[in-house]
Amino acid sequence: MAEEKSEGGLVFHPLDQFIVKPLFGDGAVGMFTITNVTLWMAISVVAIIALFVFGTKKRDIVPGKAQSIAELIYSFIYKMVEDICGKEGAKYFPYIMTLFLFILFANYLALIPMSYSPTSMIAVTAVLGFGVFIVVTALGFILNGPAFLGMFWMKDAPAILRPIIAVIEVISYFVRPVSHSIRLAGNVMAGHAVIKVFAGFAALTLVSPVAILGITAIYGLEVLVAGIQAYVFTILTCVYLKDALHPHH
Amino acid sequence: MATETTEVAAGACVGPSGSAIGMPQLCADWIPNQVFWLVIALVATYFVLSRIALPRIASVLAERSGTITNDLAAAEELKLKAQEAEAAYEQALKDARAEAAKIVAETKAEIQTELDAELAKADAQIAEKTAESEAAIAEIRDGAVKSVTAVAKDTAKEIVAALGGSADAKAVTAAVSARMKG
Repeated sequence: MAEEKSEGGLVFHPLDQFIVKPLFGDGAVGMFTITNVTLWMAISVVAIIALFVFGTKKRDIVPGKAQSIAELIYSFIYKMVEDICGKEGAKYFPYIMTLFLFILFANYLALIPMSYSPTSMIAVTAVLGFGVFIVVTALGFILNGPAFLGMFWMKDAPAILRPIIAVIEVISYFVRPVSHSIRLAGNVMAGHAVIKVFAGFAALTLVSPVAILGITAIYGLEVLVAGIQAYVFTILTCVYLKDALHPHH
Repeated sequence: MATETTEVAAGACVGPSGSAIGMPQLCADWIPNQVFWLVIALVATYFVLSRIALPRIASVLAERSGTITNDLAAAEELKLKAQEAEAAYEQALKDARAEAAKIVAETKAEIQTELDAELAKADAQIAEKTAESEAAIAEIRDGAVKSVTAVAKDTAKEIVAALGGSADAKAVTAAVSARMKG
């Protein structure tokens, strides 16, 4: 937020918003330091608890506002898991719900001015993406044994093409976690950085109306991106999980 | 990235002016911190969701769908009852109509028989009166004829006497009688 003007010129530091700072004191950032990342992740968790635990406290048959929202999200994700992974997938619903809610709340809370966006950090999304990858791969081998490898061997393709397709399939399989995590971090980071760039331009009197209009427009776009990226991350998780549950398409 | 900057307290990724050197996303110093807190946050979220929130919402949804199913069943039952009641009402209406028609027909028949009896009685009375009157008229006529005969005989006798004849009374009477008959 400090990139307004220094020495009279335009100064852009659109990435400063992603700096990890200790919340107390000025020391180095160690593994267990309580930082702004910690704070905003904690706020996400508290918001999730507020909506899903305190919002549903009354267990109304005719739900109130908070309970309606919680039920709506619940049904939405449950249906998604069931549609994509089938009945056996319902067992993994709490994990997928955890991922979805954490990303959704982190994304939306990051849209509050002065906030911090944990999901814009590749380290964070990589843990999520590779976590999904490792769990899904392990699950695939546990449930199907070596038959899981049959996923890469297209039985309905012409015999000559099968090895080539297998190589491509294996590569695409290993690229999955990378694209899965960079997609989320890239989208969130890009949006926030662009807003900062527009905010930098707002310091110029001449273009400030345009810049502020730009901020508004990008902010609107970011509101969509925040929801859509959480959804995309979740639906891809479901698709990967489906591959582990039913590798033979 | 250019890392010639001095080692500030904040680490190798922040320059002396307080702005980031390169992408903060790629700063290796900060990764363990993010990963650690992310895992904590995810585990906390998972436990809260799987232990409290999700079972609760599932039970609420199940309860609601149960209630809705029950209500629909009750509504269906009530609808059937209403249909039954309607059918019973229709039946009652039909019965009442039939009863009414029966009563009307009975009453009509009764009236008809009474009327017939009265008419027959009246006819008989009329016939009796007619017969009586006819008898009276016949008597009167007979009387008149007798009187006329008597007068005619007397008159004929007197005329005969007046004309100087001394007619036999019996012959005159017979002649008059013969004339009267003709």
